[in-house]
Amino acid sequence: MDIADLWPIVGLSLQVALCAVLLSVLVAVPLGTWLGLSTWRQSTWVRAIVYTGMALPPVVVGLAIYLLLSANGPLGPLGWLFTPKAMILAQTILGIPFVTGITMTAVAAVPEDLQFQVRALGASPIQARFAVLREARGGLFLAVATALGRSMSEVGAVWMVGGNIEGHTRVLTTAVVLETGKGNFAFALVLGGVLLIAAWVLNLAVLRWQDRAIS
Amino acid sequence: MKNSPASEVTSKDAATNHAEARLPAAAGRAGTDLARSEAAVYRLRNVERKRSDDFRLDVDDLTIDRGEVLCLVGPTGAGKTTLLSVLSGLVPIDGGRLWIAGHASHEGPLPLAKQRTIAAVTQRPLPLLGTVRRNVECGLRWRGDGERDGECDERNGARIEELVDDVLARFRLRDIAKRSAKRLSGGQLQLVALARALVLRPDVLLLDEPTAALDPARVALVESLLADERSRRPMTVVWATHHLFQARRVADRVMLLLDGRNVETQATESFFETPSEARTAAFVRGEMIY
Repeated sequence: MDIADLWPIVGLSLQVALCAVLLSVLVAVPLGTWLGLSTWRQSTWVRAIVYTGMALPPVVVGLAIYLLLSANGPLGPLGWLFTPKAMILAQTILGIPFVTGITMTAVAAVPEDLQFQVRALGASPIQARFAVLREARGGLFLAVATALGRSMSEVGAVWMVGGNIEGHTRVLTTAVVLETGKGNFAFALVLGGVLLIAAWVLNLAVLRWQDRAIS
Repeated sequence: MKNSPASEVTSKDAATNHAEARLPAAAGRAGTDLARSEAAVYRLRNVERKRSDDFRLDVDDLTIDRGEVLCLVGPTGAGKTTLLSVLSGLVPIDGGRLWIAGHASHEGPLPLAKQRTIAAVTQRPLPLLGTVRRNVECGLRWRGDGERDGECDERNGARIEELVDDVLARFRLRDIAKRSAKRLSGGQLQLVALARALVLRPDVLLLDEPTAALDPARVALVESLLADERSRRPMTVVWATHHLFQARRVADRVMLLLDGRNVETQATESFFETPSEARTAAFVRGEMIY
């Protein structure tokens, strides 16, 4: 592999990470908001499941998705195995517990009375939930940053369901493992540096967005 | 002022009392008389609301007329805040019957359109993220006064700006309009909370100790602004206060709550001068009755 091969890998890494974070947010923010505002006693059980999800080993998730998407699996006809779609699916599943858990905690930390106060100013129930989310947005940005970090740095699941196919499913993390295996330590380190820089740029963008949104 | 409850008098009360001559209370009352009509905004019959294992609000019979100011007095924990939350229509009752603007509680939750005729200011107002201006205009935006399909219509946007400018000026908040609401003092926040409720021009205004953190001059300002508002249009106000002088200045009727129960509800003068309940008389005298 030479340096010219780097850009498609960086591009795919960003594409997979950003798509997975977006999907995680779409699923997990409403769920986390509901759990954070829930007065349903049994929600403790669901919360415990969410926290347990944060400890999900990526290789286990990778294995489960591999079995689902393999030719004999229930989702085999989709033909997603060893494609970026499978990698995005794996990263989304790994990201959901983090985004849900952090959103849930951030929303629960908003004073309980706030919902009553905004309803008393004419907000509809949906508007009141959005108002609570707006107050909790520092936590939401943390959730996005955490999911992004997790997605950018994950290797086990994307290797299993993507297959690390050159020019097709190879991302920065799997490339680092491959180059290390081949003894190309210098190039592996370069790839690691590029991965860190990409993560730093993404986090910088998230932080600038957060500063603008909160000020 | 007769029957002054000396033990209740704080320096703030005293100062505000001296300022009474400057307050447009009389104008407010005259406006109230004009504005009052026979139609009841609230009717409560044996309304119960359990707040905790050892406290239950239990109001046997209460009617609140359109355009009147009813002050709720009583010791801390008597149920004033619980009653206000019930009157907001946002908190379900556990028993009895409650009619809000003709809507009966047993018919289901209060429809949003009726909900939006009521505005409430809580005891500890919470600032929303953003500037004072944003805090004041948020209710207008939620109610759709200025927004259509999520997009701010230019003409209505200008109307919101006009309404907000007016209320900021009246509450003397223009200088801090661009300041983050999270950085306000308790008193400033209380003024912002009142401004964001009053800008909505509600038919019913529920106030939970809205002047507790204000200096005497600001107390006078708030009372004057509310009286002015009521002289222009019929606005029902239910006002919980610990300040008996204030209740006497602003109320048409006063209700004493003790342990979640309505001890006595009387026209203001009767409440203070000739209460029918011994506990009311003791409370007005400033004696501990709880």
